[in-house]
Amino acid sequence: MKFSIERGTLLKAVSQAQSVVERRNTIPILANVLIEAEGDQVQFRATDLDIEVVDKTPAQVERAGATTVSATMLHEIVRKLPDGALVTLVDDSAAGRLSVEAGRSHFSLATLPKEDFPVMASSEYHSNFSAKAPELRRLFDKSKFAISNEETRYYLNGVYMHVADGEEGRALRCVATDGHRLARIDAALPAGAEDMPGVIVPRKTVGELRKLLEDDEMDIAVSVSETKIRFATPDITLTSKVIDGTFPDYTRVIPQGNTRKMEVDASDFARAVDRVATVSSERSRAVKLQIDDDRLVLSVNAPDSGAAEEELAVAYSDERLEIGFNAKYLLEIASQVDRENAVFLFNSAGDPTLMREGNDTSAVYVVMPMRV
Amino acid sequence: MPAFCRDCLVPLETGPRCPRCRSFRVARHPELFDLSIAHMDCDAFYASVEKRDNPELADKPVIVGGGRRGVVSTACYIARIRGVHSAMPMFRALKLCPDAVVVKPRMNVYAEVSRAIRSMMDELTPAVEPLSLDEAFMDLTGTARLHGAPPAVMLARLVRRMRDELGVTGSIGLSHNKFLAKIASDLDKPNGFSVIGQEETLDFLAEKPVSMIWGVGASGQAALDRTGIRTFSDLRRWEERDLIARFGSMGHRLWHLARGQDIRRVSANTPVKSISNETTFHEDTGDAEILDGHLWRMAEKVADRAKAKRRAGRVVTLKLKRADHSLITRRHALREPTQMADTIYATARHLFDQVGQNGRYRLLGVGISEISDAADADVSGDLLDPQAAQRRAAERAADSIRARFGTGAILKGRAMR
Repeated sequence: MKFSIERGTLLKAVSQAQSVVERRNTIPILANVLIEAEGDQVQFRATDLDIEVVDKTPAQVERAGATTVSATMLHEIVRKLPDGALVTLVDDSAAGRLSVEAGRSHFSLATLPKEDFPVMASSEYHSNFSAKAPELRRLFDKSKFAISNEETRYYLNGVYMHVADGEEGRALRCVATDGHRLARIDAALPAGAEDMPGVIVPRKTVGELRKLLEDDEMDIAVSVSETKIRFATPDITLTSKVIDGTFPDYTRVIPQGNTRKMEVDASDFARAVDRVATVSSERSRAVKLQIDDDRLVLSVNAPDSGAAEEELAVAYSDERLEIGFNAKYLLEIASQVDRENAVFLFNSAGDPTLMREGNDTSAVYVVMPMRV
Repeated sequence: MPAFCRDCLVPLETGPRCPRCRSFRVARHPELFDLSIAHMDCDAFYASVEKRDNPELADKPVIVGGGRRGVVSTACYIARIRGVHSAMPMFRALKLCPDAVVVKPRMNVYAEVSRAIRSMMDELTPAVEPLSLDEAFMDLTGTARLHGAPPAVMLARLVRRMRDELGVTGSIGLSHNKFLAKIASDLDKPNGFSVIGQEETLDFLAEKPVSMIWGVGASGQAALDRTGIRTFSDLRRWEERDLIARFGSMGHRLWHLARGQDIRRVSANTPVKSISNETTFHEDTGDAEILDGHLWRMAEKVADRAKAKRRAGRVVTLKLKRADHSLITRRHALREPTQMADTIYATARHLFDQVGQNGRYRLLGVGISEISDAADADVSGDLLDPQAAQRRAAERAADSIRARFGTGAILKGRAMR
């Protein structure tokens, strides 16, 4: 195998590969990227056995062939090469080495045989549809903060993507929750997605997917089966297993009868929460909200470190309310609001609170209060 | 040389007996009235309490421990003569001493006696550091003027009071630091009074085995043994940096201990680091229902103790011992500290399920660590478990019922398994 490729193109392909490979693995080949050169293009394939990413890119191929090499090491090398350099990769399978040359730099990297590289079994996909990159970006960006890290409830370690009845008809919906907050984001249902099975897309896949969604004009081909999901652009294909579990019935969690409405400028609110939370103790980070007659007082009282208070003008006409929240959760939820005011709907100090952006019901957030 | 009678507490001049009460129990030491760090260790504490409460046991060998399958908690001195010692498996103890009377531990009675002893110690000094129910360090430095008597006399008075008012005896070790005080209390048991002075420290330790060091267990001893260190003189031949290179942070401590130096203070409030409870079964079991019952009871005991101490823990630990004595421990960090049996149980249960059905077990333990104040505990609810708040409220209600009507007044069904 021998081919030449521009440094920037190579870096993009290799950096996607190195973020997929498992850092600490016991199977050496899983640290490698499979490089296959044929015709006038080169394909980079990396996997951690749960996610597989294939990146196709044009190159000047002199001699077709394939080999595998450490993804992180190749990435580090390419990263350190000067911008605009032409990189030539030559495989010497007899010596078990891949040589990487650029200008006066020469590297020789150990390879492992391509036959040992695990290729993810292909599978039948139930439904195939096309979605706009910005739509998918919104679905996952606004929900991913609520993904749980808790291993005990592994079925919460991802975003639940499914078809649901939204406020404005059938919707493609993403839900994530860790039991303390929940995000429910809807998008118009793309044609062909009607019969899509609901799947839990793992956290790492959500992170990798994000890199495919930068281009606003791009259409993403989405394929879904009971066990796998695939996102593809003309160049990159991301295939991932989905979490094998049942996502809990989140609809019961979203409060319906919260009537005490408070409207506040989202960014003013977020900044005030951030300021008062400075004095809170690392452990609990509780912020108290006292709301009375268009007036919101945010306060933190940490006996060991200090106290803080800040007042904000809000729209609120219900009876006086005192409620506590984890400052981090409040901040994260408030920072999801892009343009509109944040609308909070409370019930009591012990019940879940609902938040949405203005009157937009396509993005709904729920946060659990804490005792203060 | 300073001396006093340990029975009538009067100072003496010379002679082996007290001129007043004719007692041979005389404390005599050149530094007797200069030393002020003490370790008090009750003699066969649990067994002594049992004998006190049941005079028929007075001249019989008594073993306090849990059933045939358990281990010996405490053996009285009659049983000890036959070779029984604490932590020995019960079947072996009974082989050595078949006529022993085995008594189930009554922890609440011991705790009550312990509290009484504690309040007596508190009268001597504010610096009392209990190590367990039946032993404690005391620092009596600077109390001589207040009490009108040197620490040694006050300590002899303490054990006399314990004997007269509580019916239990204790041994005193008096020295110039905690390490030596603890060694001293063990030299003259039972009912002893031992002194290790500054002057004699190095000679005293010289040929003593390093296993005397508190915290050096069997494996530590083996490690020292491999390097040829058996006695304190062996240890003293090592440079400090070599010990550190070999034994890490312990090396630094070993170097100082080898010279009888220990700068740890007697601290009245050593923070609690963990709360745990474990039980050895009457017979090995792999029965899921029985194990689940044990899990709940252990979780509940841990929660009870946490609540009593106004503490909560963020990490839940499960400990299992298989039939072949191999040990399994698993831990899980919660998002916020808890003191609820419900949460501790659910977490331990999850850890148990992760271990999987793994044959038969002989021991099960549950504990919490990363201890914090109860005010930080269980502050937020769980969206996906709306009943959690109700279960917490139910647990609090059950707690107050038990507080009023006794621990057996209300139980969970699974506690009966």
